[in-house]
Amino acid sequence: MRETLERIKNEALEALAQSDAQIEDLRIKYLGKKGELTAVLRGMGSLSAEERPVIGQLANEVRAAIENKITELSQTAKQKALDEKLKSEKIDVTVPGEKVKIGHVHPLDLAQKQLEDIFLGMGYTIVDGPEVEYDYYNFQALNIPEDHPARDTQDTFYITDKILLRSQTSPVQARVMEKTQPPIKIISPGRVYRSDAVDATHSPLFHQLEGLVVDEGITMGDLKGTLELFAKRMFGDETKIRFRPHHFPFTEPSAEVDVSCFMCGGEGCRFCKHEGWIEILGAGMVHPNVLRNCGIDPEKYSGFAFGLGIERIALLKYHIDDMRLLYENDIRFLNQF
Amino acid sequence: MKLSMKWLSDYTDVNDISIKDYCDKMTMSGSKVEGYDELGTDVTGVKCGKILSISRHPNAEKLVICQVDVGKDAPVQIITAATNVFEGALVPVALDGAHLCGDINIKTSKLRGETSEGMFCSISELGLTLHDMPGDVEDGILILNDVNLGDTKPGDDISEVLGLKDTVVEFEITSNRPDCLSVIGLARETGVTFNRKFNYEKPSFRCSDSNDTIDNYLSVKISNPDKCYRYSARVVKNVKIKPSPLWLRMRLRASGVRPINNIVDITNYVMLEFGQPMHAFDYKCLSGSSIDVRNAYDNETFVSLDSIPHTLNSSMLVISDNTKAVALAGVMGGENSEITDNTQTVVFESATFHPGSVRKAAQKLGMRTESSSRFEKGLDVENTMPALDRACELIELLDAGEVVNGTIDIYPNKKKLFTLPLDSEKINKFLGIDLTREEMANILKSLEFEVSDDLRQITVPSFRDDVRCMNDVAEEVLRIYGYDKIKSTLSSTAKPTVGVRTERQYFDESLVNTLIGIGINQIETFSFISPSWYDKIRLDKDDNRRKCITIKNPLGEDTSVMRTTTIPSMMKILSDNCNMKNFDAQLFELGRIYLPTKENELPEEPSRLSIGFTCKDGFYKMKGFVEAVLQSAGIENPEFISCDSEPSFHPGRCAEVHVSGKKIALFGEIHPQVIENYGLSLPAYVAEIDVDNLFEFRRKEIIYTPIPRHPAVERDFSFVCDENIEAGKIASVIKNCSKLIEKVELFDIYRGHQIGEGKKSMSYAVTLRSSDRTLNDNDANETVKNILDVLSTKLGIKLR
Repeated sequence: MRETLERIKNEALEALAQSDAQIEDLRIKYLGKKGELTAVLRGMGSLSAEERPVIGQLANEVRAAIENKITELSQTAKQKALDEKLKSEKIDVTVPGEKVKIGHVHPLDLAQKQLEDIFLGMGYTIVDGPEVEYDYYNFQALNIPEDHPARDTQDTFYITDKILLRSQTSPVQARVMEKTQPPIKIISPGRVYRSDAVDATHSPLFHQLEGLVVDEGITMGDLKGTLELFAKRMFGDETKIRFRPHHFPFTEPSAEVDVSCFMCGGEGCRFCKHEGWIEILGAGMVHPNVLRNCGIDPEKYSGFAFGLGIERIALLKYHIDDMRLLYENDIRFLNQF
Repeated sequence: MKLSMKWLSDYTDVNDISIKDYCDKMTMSGSKVEGYDELGTDVTGVKCGKILSISRHPNAEKLVICQVDVGKDAPVQIITAATNVFEGALVPVALDGAHLCGDINIKTSKLRGETSEGMFCSISELGLTLHDMPGDVEDGILILNDVNLGDTKPGDDISEVLGLKDTVVEFEITSNRPDCLSVIGLARETGVTFNRKFNYEKPSFRCSDSNDTIDNYLSVKISNPDKCYRYSARVVKNVKIKPSPLWLRMRLRASGVRPINNIVDITNYVMLEFGQPMHAFDYKCLSGSSIDVRNAYDNETFVSLDSIPHTLNSSMLVISDNTKAVALAGVMGGENSEITDNTQTVVFESATFHPGSVRKAAQKLGMRTESSSRFEKGLDVENTMPALDRACELIELLDAGEVVNGTIDIYPNKKKLFTLPLDSEKINKFLGIDLTREEMANILKSLEFEVSDDLRQITVPSFRDDVRCMNDVAEEVLRIYGYDKIKSTLSSTAKPTVGVRTERQYFDESLVNTLIGIGINQIETFSFISPSWYDKIRLDKDDNRRKCITIKNPLGEDTSVMRTTTIPSMMKILSDNCNMKNFDAQLFELGRIYLPTKENELPEEPSRLSIGFTCKDGFYKMKGFVEAVLQSAGIENPEFISCDSEPSFHPGRCAEVHVSGKKIALFGEIHPQVIENYGLSLPAYVAEIDVDNLFEFRRKEIIYTPIPRHPAVERDFSFVCDENIEAGKIASVIKNCSKLIEKVELFDIYRGHQIGEGKKSMSYAVTLRSSDRTLNDNDANETVKNILDVLSTKLGIKLR
């Protein structure tokens, strides 16, 4: 009987090893109800009590060996069949996907959002104000009295003698200072208006973002540190800034602020007109007259303010060479952002 | 301000500094350089030549052959067609390899068989005009014998001879520094910036004999001392009107001023050099030999130097003789007293006027001049006399006349110099720098501030009215010490501040995100539009939206009123895109409109979201967009109400959206006439949503509703009903039939023969669910029966 089992085992494994083996047929042949191994096991009754467990164990081992082999082979076959099926299902991945339309944020808003996020991260809040504004807030409160020559440099659209389209976002600063005692830490982005005819670098309507910080002991060093941090966030960690003396009626001292060219790193290239620097900001320490006009004691408090043109940032950042594109809203332009 | 570097070198010596370096350092010390221009570089290789002989050209009647001494061993041969040359004439000769204005290169060449080793030059070939070279001929050769050049020799370089070479630096002078609108002012700044000596000497000159004094000629009175702070005058007699010498003309030219004659040139020269506008009157035209600085009379007429008549009013200040105005104070002189070739006696005026008054007058009369733009910035009242003396010095230098003894100087209120404390500690702290009191004092001294012995007080020089407080002093110190030396710090506010968007700012941001997410592009359009755009969108004549904020001084009609609706802006961009064949534009704008309130008060500036696209049958697509916006704002149960009264929209395809009874949006198909007005070939769909109301009705708090635990039962029905019964009505009737109805959804509308004319078949899926038990067939059947009963009785609708 022992020999019979060994033979069955060898025969079965051999048969299964044939590459074209009909696995199911073989399973029935050896392990089925009428199979050879089953037949052997049926004959177990005739064995002695000593032999029975030994042969039983052997029979089980033979069954396990055959079963394992069958499982292994059927898994392989299944895998093979699946592989073939998958192979036959291959598609052309370069055929375009189903169209899902997504919209695009306007480049100005994209730039503005980035600017806002930088300053939000530095603890500034965003404040809004009217675009149609009183002459008082746009000029007088900001130390630009009537007949001040600085009024010429920003040709203003007037609605009445006392009401105008704000020529800068600074009136928001005056409004905030009037209502709030320091500490003040705000930015005010928004539309401003100046009577410049439309061309590649001018528009009668454009966007500014101004910042204002007022508290005890605010220094010009703080202004520089703040703008340095801003420039690095906006244009990259290698960016340097440069302050140049300038004059604005509402700040003193005032500065124009350049950033090192982020194209050439300051070496000088076509992008920065070989200067190595690109002018992007106006800034300064809030003029004591402005603080006083807004009910803040300049002996106790000091502050800084800065302003930049969002169009300018967008043009620089996205290498747009003509400002008119921003307001033409051609979707072939918009789709790029 | 254009600064001639040659002129600058009269006052300070920076010849060893490269021009690039000069410009950079001046910018960094506060005099911003816009750029520089090297004059005379386009003319090279042109020498002074003396014509030795002239002979006829054998082969050309109109040409002559000249032998010319150009300082070489042998004469050169030049052929010319010019008729004004003569033997012995000194002329500019462009030799082989020379370069002339207009990018002309000169080479030796043959003219009708004869060699010409170059060419003679006219003034225009040297880049000059008749104003630079008065008395010369425009189309002939420049004859240097006429120019009075002293010891010019053949072979001398013409650029040197004529002084064509100069470097002009263009400064952007800010309005607080009128003192720098002058050679002297910039020389002072240059001196401080480069630590060079500033050489200024008081002008000096001789006067005529002492018996003949100015009082014999002129009396001056200031009738309005509020507007004229000082009036200084001198008289020059035996005036010889002639062109100024070449060097002076070249300096004016470099500064962008046209030479006229010696007297006028002197006034301009002094203005450029000292920053003090001056005027010269022809003495014989001053009736009564008197000058009165008075207000103009209302409707007084005045003809300015440029022959333009003006009507004045009493807000303007004039210089008058005893009968008439002879100058508009600080703006321009009058034609009635201008310097002519026959002028024999001249009155020089050097005065200071009220800046605002000059500005207003110039503005009102539309004649902003070099003079007025200086006065309106506020000039140094102490500068009138030095300037006047300089003019007289130049009279003597140019041999232009005899200065009459004595000065008239009416100066009612002598200016008191302003003093300020020098608080070095405060300045250091304020700027974030670390300078000693001495260092600060030295900087201020170099800028001509007086500093007290204890270094605690400074006196501001009279030409620096812009320095009035600690901040101003700090800036003076800083710009000379160096803006680049500020140390960056970040010692922010004492109390920490939190940078967060307001709820509204978050809302607007998420609105944009929603719109982007559903495939719509953001646009930005101008807030001002043309009033004719309201016609284009068919607004009635008395439509409230036509009442808008109007700009008094618009750039053009196109941008002259503030919009009261965003629809025309959207239509314009849709039409622009269609013109560019971008037919698939889906656009939105989140912008403001401007609604007038009361007179002399600011308008309201509510926010509007507009959405637009062009396509066929897009109403429900637009409705889907609007619903998406409402959904993202968490607004439940908006009511869509058909609207046939909006002039811009198709009366049968337009809806208002109401939330809690308040209108928050309008959308629909644009009226075909509007489509035509915009030249569109496809229908357009536009929505205008009131973002402020949208925000108000938004879901303010998110509170979770448990997910239902019991299964739902679904039933579908199809009904046939009259065409005019709205789907929304049916749905709401169904919904109200039972509390078990969770959802009513229209999934099909069918029209066709089987249904009959004027009828439609509507198919609904109704979902029933109870929150506390599993519904059985009985529940469902009962509810369905109820629905059918109600539809039948309320709307007369039967199951199909």
